[in-house]
Amino acid sequence: MKRPVRDLEQSSRRIGRRALLLGSAQLGVAAALGLRMRSMQVEQADQFRLLAEENRINIRLLPPARGLIFDRNGIPLAENEQNYRVVMVREDAGDVDEVLARLQDIVALDPANIERAREDMRKLSSFVPVIIADRLLWEDVAKININAPALPGVSAEVGLSRRYPYGADVGHVVGYVGPVSDYDLSRIDDQDPLLQIPKFQIGKTGVENKLEHTLRGSAGTKRIEVNALGRVMRELDRQEGVAGKDIQLGLDERLQSYAQARMDGESSGAVVIDLQTGDLRAIASAPSFDPNLFVRGISVKDWTDLNENKYRPLAAKAVQGAYPPGSTFKMVTGLAALNAGVISPEETVYCRGYTVVAGTRFHCWKRAGHGNVNFHDSLKYSCDCYYYEVAQRIGIDKMAEMARTLGIGVKHDLPLSAISTGLAPDKQWKLEVRGEDWRIGDTVNAAIGQGYVLASPLQLAIMTARIATGRVVTPRLVKSVDGVEEPSGIGEPLDINENMLRRCRASMNAVINEKRGTGARAKVITAGYEMAGKTGTSQVRRITAEERARGVISNDDLPWERRDHALFVCFAPVDNPKFAVAVVVEHGGGGSTAASPIARDIMLQALYDGPPPLDAYPSADRARIEEQQARIAQRITQIKPAQDRV
Amino acid sequence: MSYLAHNTKFVPTGFRKVLYLNWPVIILLSAVACAGFIMLYSVAGGSPDPWMEPQVKRFILGLVLMIGVGMVPIWFWRNVAGVAFGVSVMLLVAVELFGAIGMGAQRWIDLGFMRLQPSELTKITLVMFLAAYYDWLPTNKTSHPLWVALPVVFILVPTALVLKQPDLGTALLLLMGGGAVMFLAGVHWAYFATVIGAGVGTVYAVFLSRGTPWQLLKDYQFRRIDTFLDPGNDPLGAGYHITQAKIALGSGGWTGRGFMQGTQSRLNFLPEKHTDFIFTTLAEEFGFVGAFSLLVLYILIIVFCVASAMNNKDRFSSLLTLGIAMTFFLFFSVNMAMVMGLAPVVGVPLPLVSYGGSAMLVLLVAFGLVQSAHVHKPR
Repeated sequence: MKRPVRDLEQSSRRIGRRALLLGSAQLGVAAALGLRMRSMQVEQADQFRLLAEENRINIRLLPPARGLIFDRNGIPLAENEQNYRVVMVREDAGDVDEVLARLQDIVALDPANIERAREDMRKLSSFVPVIIADRLLWEDVAKININAPALPGVSAEVGLSRRYPYGADVGHVVGYVGPVSDYDLSRIDDQDPLLQIPKFQIGKTGVENKLEHTLRGSAGTKRIEVNALGRVMRELDRQEGVAGKDIQLGLDERLQSYAQARMDGESSGAVVIDLQTGDLRAIASAPSFDPNLFVRGISVKDWTDLNENKYRPLAAKAVQGAYPPGSTFKMVTGLAALNAGVISPEETVYCRGYTVVAGTRFHCWKRAGHGNVNFHDSLKYSCDCYYYEVAQRIGIDKMAEMARTLGIGVKHDLPLSAISTGLAPDKQWKLEVRGEDWRIGDTVNAAIGQGYVLASPLQLAIMTARIATGRVVTPRLVKSVDGVEEPSGIGEPLDINENMLRRCRASMNAVINEKRGTGARAKVITAGYEMAGKTGTSQVRRITAEERARGVISNDDLPWERRDHALFVCFAPVDNPKFAVAVVVEHGGGGSTAASPIARDIMLQALYDGPPPLDAYPSADRARIEEQQARIAQRITQIKPAQDRV
Repeated sequence: MSYLAHNTKFVPTGFRKVLYLNWPVIILLSAVACAGFIMLYSVAGGSPDPWMEPQVKRFILGLVLMIGVGMVPIWFWRNVAGVAFGVSVMLLVAVELFGAIGMGAQRWIDLGFMRLQPSELTKITLVMFLAAYYDWLPTNKTSHPLWVALPVVFILVPTALVLKQPDLGTALLLLMGGGAVMFLAGVHWAYFATVIGAGVGTVYAVFLSRGTPWQLLKDYQFRRIDTFLDPGNDPLGAGYHITQAKIALGSGGWTGRGFMQGTQSRLNFLPEKHTDFIFTTLAEEFGFVGAFSLLVLYILIIVFCVASAMNNKDRFSSLLTLGIAMTFFLFFSVNMAMVMGLAPVVGVPLPLVSYGGSAMLVLLVAFGLVQSAHVHKPR
């Protein structure tokens, strides 16, 4: 087929035209592409760069080491122990079952943990380390390390976990830590990113909880580069956190352990206050619990045991318990009356075994009566009628005021989980809380620390400390934080006539050291170590007139929970008080029989800063005391090694 | 034999043809390929394995093939255009059948030393065949409806076969490449206006009908279209790749993060980093300067091809050269638009840069045809 030249040239021109057109369109598209490149790579570059960095960089928090808790002598009460755990990386392990089987031959592993680890390994990416076993012994870790070639993908890691070397002895005071829960997060307003770390340990009770912010420290950060699957490629940089601050308590661990051991078998609380500084040398509550159980995650059985024990081991009775103070309250009533001048110290009141107030008989503990008693004798013999009388003269409001001055019915601010306010009742309180008018019978009951009055062993110890020193003693639990001493707990003189306070102390001395004093059982022989104190026995049941006529049932014949509480407060040495001690034995019977021996032992332990010589005790007691000291020493040494396991 | 109508006395013969090759195009192609080698080296983490080395070998083979094809007179290629097109359509059918038997989407035929994708081949043979068709067709019949309908069928048959694989990217390239040749050959404006108008109208109607009682597609179909058009709606699913690609590209900035320093590609945030998305790695590591330079290289290739075509009085040569240039342009512009988030993600590689044997060989053979047209143009 021939084609004329003209036709060809025309076709060529048309192709040329259209080619130019199409070429321009192509250039236009190319220009658009170039502009898009410019807009993304030049104008929005910073934004995309940021996104790329966010992609590749993960920030991991480095938990700081938690602050340690020491006693006053530098004995660690809460420490961080190295915790060995074994992790496994699936992709490095190859045959997971084979490696796990070999691992089980080398160290004993919990089958439940193994099952959970298998589950995790199935779910997670192959490069994520999965914890196989936690809290291993160093020997096991060593075995695993030696056998490393046979255990591909298995490695031992070291972490820190909390340990309480003295376990139950300080459980109520130090408290424990545990993994942060959703409940914790909902309850506390804390923006600390550390709390977002799964299973981050925070203080749950006691000092661990109340001083959480001091102990926790602040998080460090580690920037790591990850790939699209989340695998860590390398660490870019790291900024170490600030470790938590160490706390030194005023507590004396040896005295605390002694007190716990001494009260073993009772349901009781005891508080020792240092009268030079206000330091709480011991805050013992028996029975106690081992805080280490909670750190590891308490088993159902242990939890049930703790909860079903009728002695309530979880209750910190020394600070949390609120008991009718019984006769130990008589110092409050007496001082209120003396200070107000409604009765002179020498004025006597006649006790015939009971007093009739508003048609009701109020009995003295001594049926036969004490006859004429002045203030000194009333305290020494613990005559109830004397106080029935002075209480009516002064009135409840003045008594409540005196109670608060001495620290009862006041909340003391200590970094402990549950602090009882106790109760110093007055007319207004009854009207507000009970909606009833105050009656004279209430005053009479309150006079001897019964009725509505409630106090914790801590408050009783503070009361004793204040009477002994004549100053406002504020209890001090934390001695220093990070080496910085906290202010002393010994404050201004009390707003009480010093002369009356002196008489009160002299009468408390008489309780123990004079013939026929109610606290004579707690006598200390050594000169310069004598104690002054006051017994207390508070009823938890009502004694009916009928029972009284038949003869009051002895405590020994009653079931435990209906027996009287036994109380004892004391300070020593009498002429230069160094310590105040308060002991409450729940349902222990009489204060002089159940509480005062414990108080004396604890007091002597404190005064001698260790086991006292036997000749401090009256000769009749020495054989029993010697046997008891041996028993307690054995118990203390028995407990320690058991807890010293790694 | 329209070629004989020209004066052929200046057509070079023998090895003198080498001097008449379109050397600027060869150099530009080599430059682009080198950029590809560098990127393949980089995405392999600084190793010629597993991508750069085979790519270099195939490029050298392709270069030899290109010059070989360029030495063969252009009239030979015109004469075999019909056969070539027929063979490639048959191969498409064959792949379709074997694929069906093999219970999978098989797109290639194993030639032993390489896997040939008939769809790649078809892109070139279609252009070749249409150029030959319009060379054969008297120019006054170009816009005759019957003579327009015929090439439309030629285009639609392979397009439909490729679409069935399914390979949307190649199908679009065939459609647009073929259409471009028809446009260049001088088919009347009105046809294109009608087709484009009808297409736009249909799409508009479909979208307009959405949410009305007479909507033309089902809801889930609309949703699929939404995701297809804007993957950003689904950042963890279909949108993940394109989002990561955009981050890589944008984070390059002016001068890039440096050779082998691209975090997006090195840390595997990028998908298909050695094939369809290799441009993002280049843009990340060499920045705007690098990415724009590559674009300029591509445009220069097009410019030299268009210049060669416009200087060529032979109708087949011009149409073939322009058609191949257009196909080449569609390749890189669709790929770039795709990774920059301007176009939906359809599987189109970046020509000469993306790893892939058959695409590169076919492309270089196509440029061999361009060389042949250039060497044997009537002078």
